[in-house]
Amino acid sequence: MKDCTKINKKADFALNIVMILCTIACVLPLIIVFSASITNEKTVTMYGYSLIPRDFSLESYKYIFKNIMVVLRAYGVTMLVTVTGSTLSLIIISLYAYPISRKDFKYRSVFTFIVFLTMLFNGGLVPWYMVYVNVLHIDNTIMALILPYLMTPLYVLIMRTFFMTTIPEGIIEAARIDGAGEFQTFVRIVLPLAKPVLATIGLFNVLTYWNDWYAPLLFINNEKLFNLQYLMYRVDKAILYLSNNAGSINNATQIMANLPSQTARMAMAVIAIGPIILAYPFFQKYFVEGLTIGSIKG
Amino acid sequence: MTEVQKALNTRGTVVKRQKPALLKELAKNKVLYLMLLPGLLVLLVNNYLPMFGIVIAFKDYNYTKGFWKSDWVGFENFKYLFNSKAAFQITRNTILYNLAFIVIAATIAVALAIIFNELLNRRLSKLYQSVMFLPYFLSWVVISYLVFALLSSDMGFINKLLVNSGMQPVEWYVDPRFWPLIIILVNTWKWTGYDSIIYLAAIVGFDKSLYEAAAVDGASRFQQITKLMVPMMMPVITILTLIKVGRVFFTDFGLFFNIPRNSGPLFDVTNVIETYVFRALRHTGDIGMASAAGFYQAIVGFIVVLTANYIVRKIDKDSSLF
Repeated sequence: MKDCTKINKKADFALNIVMILCTIACVLPLIIVFSASITNEKTVTMYGYSLIPRDFSLESYKYIFKNIMVVLRAYGVTMLVTVTGSTLSLIIISLYAYPISRKDFKYRSVFTFIVFLTMLFNGGLVPWYMVYVNVLHIDNTIMALILPYLMTPLYVLIMRTFFMTTIPEGIIEAARIDGAGEFQTFVRIVLPLAKPVLATIGLFNVLTYWNDWYAPLLFINNEKLFNLQYLMYRVDKAILYLSNNAGSINNATQIMANLPSQTARMAMAVIAIGPIILAYPFFQKYFVEGLTIGSIKG
Repeated sequence: MTEVQKALNTRGTVVKRQKPALLKELAKNKVLYLMLLPGLLVLLVNNYLPMFGIVIAFKDYNYTKGFWKSDWVGFENFKYLFNSKAAFQITRNTILYNLAFIVIAATIAVALAIIFNELLNRRLSKLYQSVMFLPYFLSWVVISYLVFALLSSDMGFINKLLVNSGMQPVEWYVDPRFWPLIIILVNTWKWTGYDSIIYLAAIVGFDKSLYEAAAVDGASRFQQITKLMVPMMMPVITILTLIKVGRVFFTDFGLFFNIPRNSGPLFDVTNVIETYVFRALRHTGDIGMASAAGFYQAIVGFIVVLTANYIVRKIDKDSSLF
């Protein structure tokens, strides 16, 4: 029997065509970048970027491997900041979210409001920049890459809601009667029950730190502390500068001729996107679940 | 939603309360207060100090004198800002782009969510969702590389297409005419997959027996969608839209800074409040202008958020922020 709550085959076919076009639009730029990275530099300068590589060359990757220390170092900074930042953030957020989720905690609404207010009003870039540079003096330190994303107010509220709705008060009460201290209850009982929300917020944190180029743009001049994203930003700027000033700088034309700049920059992009694409199938599901947790009112 | 009212009420009592009682409370729950401490420190540094630092907009900031000793100048900085061409330009761009983003997100993302739900082959539907969700995971720097591969004037994919089909190539990064469209397309590319998944979550939750009842009455699937599903989605659409309207004075710095590659000729159509503040702070070193624009954004933004939330409350109390 025909199911009247489903679309018919013809409509399904048409929609599939539309979806395939949308999907192509989503991946097309990625394919062009990948093709460019495995094409000969001269071919690219002559024929431009194309969907299917016109020839095959790994010269751009070889060039990057010659300067592998710079790339590895940036990878290292990114990894270090991502791991410490996400972990610290998860600890700080859950520590804060727990007391304000406890109905018997007297000033919980005051401390909730302290977080909440920051979502409505903030001082903006200038005073924030000055606090980091003139008060804390943490520009050009790893701290400047970690501190900005430690307490995302929305995540605190999401976690608080999760604690309030899924962790029965009775369990906490029972733990107290058994003589467990507050902190012990939190670590032994509350956290294990909160694994789903910890995983989701942890992943959002990882993505934030991994993709961050804004904090280094503001606070980092020291090349040793460039992370991967910011290195990409600087490489792009450098190539742009060289090609704009090719006439005015001695040797610049020569430098440009020897540097596989167009293909090497795309190889950089591939190296930066690679891990995300490879890990994508595994973590994507948690993000989708996270979006639904996130829609619970904070 | 009543959180804030409660907070305000209890806050009144916090101030009035006698010290010994407060100390007693602190002693009783000292572990809980200790747990709050790291978060409070981070909030202090990231949010509360800058919140008070906003008064810098009323000072003639001088690097050697520093924050405290710089002279107060009243509304001087604002006079300069609002007499410049930039004030109108950045306000217009910020608001118009946001409105375009809101309208497009509310139409394309909703349409996509419906299609994801309708496709007969579940596996294919999941595949499309995954692919369209992918751009959300890429940083603006990476996306600027992707866009450059398309738009570069001498090697870009699009110019090659134009030349091959006998048309004139375009100097994309110099010609401001196309940028409103490019910015909107890139933003849609990055966010639509994400938005549509939120809407899809709403659709999946609807009671399917309603469609069956409509089908018995002879409604086609298309009618079930337009007359039942879309109306049922309206609360979610309204709320998400109003939340975005609340943020209409704030933009995504990365989109407007990285995608046009900081190209001067494009500023008229790509400069927004965030990029203006950044350039004034870091490139021209004009602290007065930067902080005045920041203050303007914070205050107007705050008023807009409160208004949007007030409207959300009127429509659906449970969906409001507070």
